[in-house]
Amino acid sequence: MLLQVKNLHVSINGKEILKGVNLEVNKGEVHAIMGPNGTGKSTLAAVIAGKNGYEITQGEILYNGKNLLDMPPEVRAQEGIFLGFQYPVEIPGVSMTNFMRTALNEIRKYHGQEPMSAKDFLARMTEKKDLVELTSKLTNRSVNEGFSGGEKKKNEIFQMAMLDPQLSILDETDSGLDIDALRIVAHGVNKLKTKENATVVITHYQRLLDYIVPDFVHVLFEGKVVLSGGKELALELEEKGYDWIKKETENHSK
Amino acid sequence: MAQDDKQLIQEVTQSEYKYGFITNIETETAIKGLTEDTIRFISLKKTEPEWLLEYRLKAFAKWKEMKQPNWAQLKIPEIDFQEIIYYAAPKRKKELESLDQVDPELLDTFNKLGISLDEQKRLSGVAVDAVIDSVSVKTTFTETLSKHGILFCSFSEAVKNHPDLVKKYLGMAVPPSDNFFAALNTAVFSDGSFCFIPKGVRSPMELSTYFRINAANTGQFERTLIIADEGSYVSYMEGCTAPQRDENQLHAAVVEIIAMKDAEVKYSTVQNWYPGDKNGRGGIFNFVTKRGICKGDHSKISWTQVETGSAITWKYPSCILSGDNSIGEFYSVAVTNNHQQADTGSKMIHLGKNTKSTIISKGISAGQSQNSYRGLVKMTKRATNSRNFSQCDSLLLGDKCGAHTFPYIEGANKSSIIEHEATTSKISEDQLFYCQQRGINQESAVGLIVNGYAKEVLNKLPMEFAVEAQKLLSISLEGSVG
Repeated sequence: MLLQVKNLHVSINGKEILKGVNLEVNKGEVHAIMGPNGTGKSTLAAVIAGKNGYEITQGEILYNGKNLLDMPPEVRAQEGIFLGFQYPVEIPGVSMTNFMRTALNEIRKYHGQEPMSAKDFLARMTEKKDLVELTSKLTNRSVNEGFSGGEKKKNEIFQMAMLDPQLSILDETDSGLDIDALRIVAHGVNKLKTKENATVVITHYQRLLDYIVPDFVHVLFEGKVVLSGGKELALELEEKGYDWIKKETENHSK
Repeated sequence: MAQDDKQLIQEVTQSEYKYGFITNIETETAIKGLTEDTIRFISLKKTEPEWLLEYRLKAFAKWKEMKQPNWAQLKIPEIDFQEIIYYAAPKRKKELESLDQVDPELLDTFNKLGISLDEQKRLSGVAVDAVIDSVSVKTTFTETLSKHGILFCSFSEAVKNHPDLVKKYLGMAVPPSDNFFAALNTAVFSDGSFCFIPKGVRSPMELSTYFRINAANTGQFERTLIIADEGSYVSYMEGCTAPQRDENQLHAAVVEIIAMKDAEVKYSTVQNWYPGDKNGRGGIFNFVTKRGICKGDHSKISWTQVETGSAITWKYPSCILSGDNSIGEFYSVAVTNNHQQADTGSKMIHLGKNTKSTIISKGISAGQSQNSYRGLVKMTKRATNSRNFSQCDSLLLGDKCGAHTFPYIEGANKSSIIEHEATTSKISEDQLFYCQQRGINQESAVGLIVNGYAKEVLNKLPMEFAVEAQKLLSISLEGSVG
């Protein structure tokens, strides 16, 4: 098993956000995590990636059988976890090329590999940016600086392609995307899918799942996974709305 | 800020100076204290002409009437000028003709710093005038340069061999009574570099001087004079590191640049002197006067500095834009960490018509340090249609440090334009996490972000310096996070 989230309880400033989340992801699978706003989707992604400021009060996360919560964020990344950010930050003065080269070589170093030669690196850049139709004009700029919302999201998928992670978590990658950008981003994600890696797509809308077809859909509601199913669950959810989930859980708890 | 970050800042800001080592070289020193006799001793040691001794003594007389300036945003411990040794020179048995004759320990010091003369000579084609303590040990490439008529030698040699040039230009940009530290320097300066680029000559290589302070209790009073004659061009690099010491060491250098008509001088500095330990003990006091005169029309002087060292920095490389259409530039990155203090910036004095100046200053403060930008832009009445653009950015790492900006603007004519922009920012946790999530550890991430922040200035450095400067920025701040 690639990722195993067991009874995860997470608080921010004493307020419990995740209240016992369970999730299992195997290689070769695509999972979608859906749910209304403020229900803990992004918190789950951030905690898996190792962001500061979250208090894990209970539970554990295993990644390839290793305790993920013991690892600093960069080690998680080096181990193959990639987070596609909902709001990618700008880093002025640091070129995308330099940024990617540093990241790629740090990951290689972790695995005992030599830094990639400039020639191979540039060839890889060219190949991967074509995948998401990103122009050289953008990759020559500073990290995310002056990128439009859509370009930032494409840039996330570009980085995912460059770093070739084992587990990608895409946090609301579809938010703020027009239909063309959405199609390009989804195409990129689908192209990168192999039997050896897995993707967790976090989304509010079913729309993205027309393009990235999940093997499993989980509904996160009030800090818990309340429903899991196949791709048809997403459609059902779209049709009935989140109120339906609300009623279901209320009935369930009665 | 998260706990982890705070801890990291502490760790890093407590990291010890990496270039702290001492070279055992026999030195011949003057006795402590400053009197007319001290000055006569120095002058005698250097077998100087009478006029230079007189010049020194006049400066000394002025200095005695002056008071140490206290207007900077600096806490300077009281300096006892009678406790300082004003002259120290490595003992030499004879004149040196090749590197083989240089004290092996001295060469070893350069090797530790990664700036072996030998390597420099072979690989980068840089002419190096290495100054350890007060006497130039070796000047290289003089022959190549002399083919172009370029004079590049120690100041002492220039006094001996080109007294007319020295006499003509010494004090033109920085008069003896300019300020307290300049007057002191004029009275007791020991050695330094001299450079003259003749008419129409573009220097075929970057000229470079490495300074090192190397004798305990020895003040360093370097004197540099660069003259670019009509239509000439030179890029000059100055870089330095110093061994770890407990006592504070005073350094009061003077650099003068004179650019004639159509001449251009690019002066780059990487300064990495011992900043003191993490508790603020020891470290160099760096009180430097650097000034250039764009004397001729269409001349240009450009200062680029990367300041990471010294316990206290007091330094304002300036340009007097005397010629019409002349250009002055100042690009600076100043890093302070632990208990370091820096008050640095520039003065652009516009005297000629259509003169232009640019000031780009990037301050980076970490630990409990204080970092100030202080600048003056002055447009005189005659300097019509002149322009200045100043940008002063401050980056804070951690919450115990300070950044200050003191821009002074004086405009005496209506056709000139002065622009000033300033920002203050912190490295955000989100930026760091973004880097970490891509597999880059926190220390490298800070290095990356800081180098990005300072890029505009680093880009102005000559290639071989830029690489060193980038490393230096990362080392100076390793991991300090805000």
